[in-house]
Amino acid sequence: MSLLDYFKISKESTASLAKERLQILVAHERSSRNQPSYLPQMQKELLEVIRKYINVGQDAISVSFEQDEDQETLELNIVLPDLQPKNT
Amino acid sequence: MARIIVVTSGKGGVGKTTTSAAIAMGLAKKGHKTAVIDFDVGLRNLDLIMGCERRVVYDFVNVINGEATLNQALIRDKNCNQLYILPASQTRDKDALSQEGVGKILDELKKEFKYIVCDSPAGIEKGAHLAMYYADDAFIVTNPEVSSVRDSDRMLGILSSKSRRAELNEEPIKEYLLLSRYSPDRVKLGEMLSVEDVQDILSLHLLGVIPESKSVLNASNSGMPVILDEKSDAGQAYADIVDRYLGEDRPHRFIDEDKGFFRKLFGGK
Ligand SMILES: Nc1ncnc2c1ncn2[C@@H]1O[C@H](COP(=O)(O)OP(=O)(O)OP(=O)(O)O)[C@@H](O)[C@H]1O
Ligand SMILES: [Mg+2]
Repeated sequence: MSLLDYFKISKESTASLAKERLQILVAHERSSRNQPSYLPQMQKELLEVIRKYINVGQDAISVSFEQDEDQETLELNIVLPDLQPKNT
Repeated sequence: MARIIVVTSGKGGVGKTTTSAAIAMGLAKKGHKTAVIDFDVGLRNLDLIMGCERRVVYDFVNVINGEATLNQALIRDKNCNQLYILPASQTRDKDALSQEGVGKILDELKKEFKYIVCDSPAGIEKGAHLAMYYADDAFIVTNPEVSSVRDSDRMLGILSSKSRRAELNEEPIKEYLLLSRYSPDRVKLGEMLSVEDVQDILSLHLLGVIPESKSVLNASNSGMPVILDEKSDAGQAYADIVDRYLGEDRPHRFIDEDKGFFRKLFGGK
């Protein structure tokens, strides 16, 4: 690979890297934009309650809030751990 | 019907004031009575870019407080008699502008002017909020650079939720992308986000691309909006933008690299 090629490739990648990073970030920020401000706290408390009964990790719960013309939907997703035989 | 245009960005220093001055002049030169308002309270600069800094007597805050009439505060542009400038106050009081006060002045301006251009301060604080609150159209000035693109997207969120039109459930603000300080040769080298990249991310209607240009500094040095420099690339880019905004068909320019640049670089003919 010639020196010229090296520069060409490494430079092409910074703009495409920027685009990739921005697409992910912007998508994330857009989805959380219209969320009510109580959501993070609610998510934390829900997790505490669930963990009283089920042994799940910190990121086992995801809460998403969606809004369209005539309704608001709160979606709660809890991933349960693999079934394991208990106290046999 | 009068239209209120906000020139905004979130991020600072991307070219809002340069753009406000240029498009206000462009609209006025097309024969539309236009007012351009500096919302950057405490950091007045539009007056310098318009070249009327020595004629400022009263400002936006004086009018809101009833210390001067609107007609006393408006400065008629020296190059175009259809253009008027309302300077920002240099007060350090952040609460000098109120939503109600701004609304009253805009209502008054709407009776006399066709276009009212609001030069927003940077950020998403009160000044930026008030500049966009009453807008009908938003010109989002973005540089092809990560933080500017991200902040533009933030601003889009604010326009669609916190503006008067959003609050009253009216037809949303029309949003336009103005991609500024663009260097086609750097895009070609893969060093800079391209127009398509930025459009892919923001999904905005492109009103125009303004190239990185020496003429902008020259224009601000002499207090003449760059659009008056008709030979310059940036001046022509702004003239195209005004025409497109007014519904005329203008093919996009300044997106592909300058052939002259490469000819110079490789010594070709
Ligand atoms: N197309 C361009 N080419 C070269 N320089 C430019 C261009 N557009 C703007 N600039 C320069 O960038 C600087 C910032 O421009 P300007 O004051 O218009 O930005 P702004 O967004 O209003 O800033 P602020 O957020 O502080 O209000 C100025 O020095 C200006 O000359
Ligand atoms: Mg400015």
